[in-house]
Amino acid sequence: MTVAPEAGRMLASTGAEPTGLDTEKIRADFAILSRTVREQRPLVYLDSGATSQRPRQVLDAERAFLEHHNAAVHRGAHQLAEEATDAYEAARSRIAELVGATSDDLVFTKNATEGINLVTYAMSNSATAGPEFARFTLGPGDEVVVTEMEHHANLVPWQELCRRTGATLRWYGVTDQGRLDLDSLRLSEATKLVAFTHQSNVMGTVPPVDELVRRAREVGALTLLDACQSVPHGPVNLPDLGVDFAVFSGHKMLGPSGIGVLYGRRELLEAMPPFLTGGSMIEMVRMEGSSYAPPPQRFEAGVPMTSQAVGLGVAVDYLNAVGMDRIAAHERSLTERALAGLAEVGGVHIIGPTDTEHRGGAVSFVVDGVHAHDAGQVLDSLGLAVRVGHHCAWPLHRRFGIAATVRASFALYNTESEVDALVAGVHESKRFFGVS
Amino acid sequence: MQLQQMYQEIILDHYRNPHRQGLREPFHGESFQVNPTCGDEVTLRVALDGDTVTDVSYDAMGCSISQAATSVLTDLVVGRTVGDSMSTMDSFVEMIQGRGQVEPDEDALSDAVAFAGVAKYPARVKCALLGWMAFKDAVGRVGENGSDAEQPPVEAR
Ligand SMILES: Cc1ncc(COP(=O)(O)O)c(C=O)c1O
Repeated sequence: MTVAPEAGRMLASTGAEPTGLDTEKIRADFAILSRTVREQRPLVYLDSGATSQRPRQVLDAERAFLEHHNAAVHRGAHQLAEEATDAYEAARSRIAELVGATSDDLVFTKNATEGINLVTYAMSNSATAGPEFARFTLGPGDEVVVTEMEHHANLVPWQELCRRTGATLRWYGVTDQGRLDLDSLRLSEATKLVAFTHQSNVMGTVPPVDELVRRAREVGALTLLDACQSVPHGPVNLPDLGVDFAVFSGHKMLGPSGIGVLYGRRELLEAMPPFLTGGSMIEMVRMEGSSYAPPPQRFEAGVPMTSQAVGLGVAVDYLNAVGMDRIAAHERSLTERALAGLAEVGGVHIIGPTDTEHRGGAVSFVVDGVHAHDAGQVLDSLGLAVRVGHHCAWPLHRRFGIAATVRASFALYNTESEVDALVAGVHESKRFFGVS
Repeated sequence: MQLQQMYQEIILDHYRNPHRQGLREPFHGESFQVNPTCGDEVTLRVALDGDTVTDVSYDAMGCSISQAATSVLTDLVVGRTVGDSMSTMDSFVEMIQGRGQVEPDEDALSDAVAFAGVAKYPARVKCALLGWMAFKDAVGRVGENGSDAEQPPVEAR
């Protein structure tokens, strides 16, 4: 049994893709994309849903910041402290602009996971923080609503919040086609918060945000949007979507790891008690007690990640220079090609929508007779980096009665020939395991 | 690193035709294990006669490596004492966690030597160990959750 040498050997196409993006030029900025893996196979990186690669511009910006301007931000009055603070705050405002917000609405966190935890812990802290925080307080009889397609990051913190407060967790189900089942749940006056993804990291499904927000508002519930998989891949305007909170991670949008964003409507951030406390988040400190700075500082205790914020600011510049609309169109066309190509391979079942309507570029599938791990191993031997497993969405996989899928996810630097290499690799995995 | 070095014929044979598959009674200890990174699962039962493993039965959902490793496990432990089985397991774990640097003990491992290639893929080590972890746990539960309460716990002997 040998692996056909030609499968997966296809190189990135030269020059512009049919979609109009000059992927050759883009790829030249991502050194890692020209390395080989395993046995001299050109890397085909189809795991940007887990983490994206970073362009030279982002790496250079981090280095330049550290070599010329590094200091603790929002502390000290020397020149470096001034420059570092300016760089940090300038990054915040550029990131805010990308999502239609302003600086004051944006809290830097470690990642999206921390952003969600920040909200859940602020909500549990509100129980003991005083009567003015009552609107954030949950208790028995109250409900938090999520969906069955959430990443664990937007599920487990809510389970924990409910456990701590005695509130009840409920969820919207998912249809066989991988769409949100809006009929599966009715909100009520008991619903205090609805948290949902902007794009499933497994199926690519984009739920109807407008309708979810409308229903939440109707019963006076807050909303939190997990925008991890949407912000990197197309235009997103958070105030227009009308959500109360949103989170996303820098490392999924060409930026550094260790930096993420919590967006909150100003009025809510101003009213919410802190999560982490300590230096930098205070207004006045006495031995008897302290008062807190206005947001976003109130939620940024301690010396924050600085070069990472600067790097993320430059990642945003990079995305803007390419154009979020063009990125979305490019990824849509790759997704279309992948869905069509995989449909031609017998025994492949896509988990989620099979058209690109309200759908982004995460394509998960199972292959009859070849376990996801084994398919992934064959793909890996051909140089294709895909994700296998439940992709931190175990309940969704259980919903479809499967333990694991193979997931390919796309970013602006992927090409049509890489999609073709994926399809060829899936054929090869069937051949290797003797499935016809 | 060739794919074939990992997917040895012996492994693929066990995957396609697993030995002792299915859950049987009587049994004296049972374990349920999952691999949290991929969601693969196994329920495994051991039956003992005194100190001797008389049957290992299982229901598993998983990749070729985890399925084949569990099938090979049953060949290695059925008919042997619990003590011998545990030392075989130790050799297997040592080989599998050795990053390809550990010379496998061929006498103890026989067919399981085929998994030596898996040791070079850290992400797959847990797959190869899933059944063994269930076996160890099931033995620890003898006398606690079996279909046959007669059998005393292993450490009581
Ligand atoms: C939809 C979604 N939500 C949340 C997360 C969590 O992101 P992070 O691990 O960066 O906090 C991820 C990524 O893993 C994701 O895809």
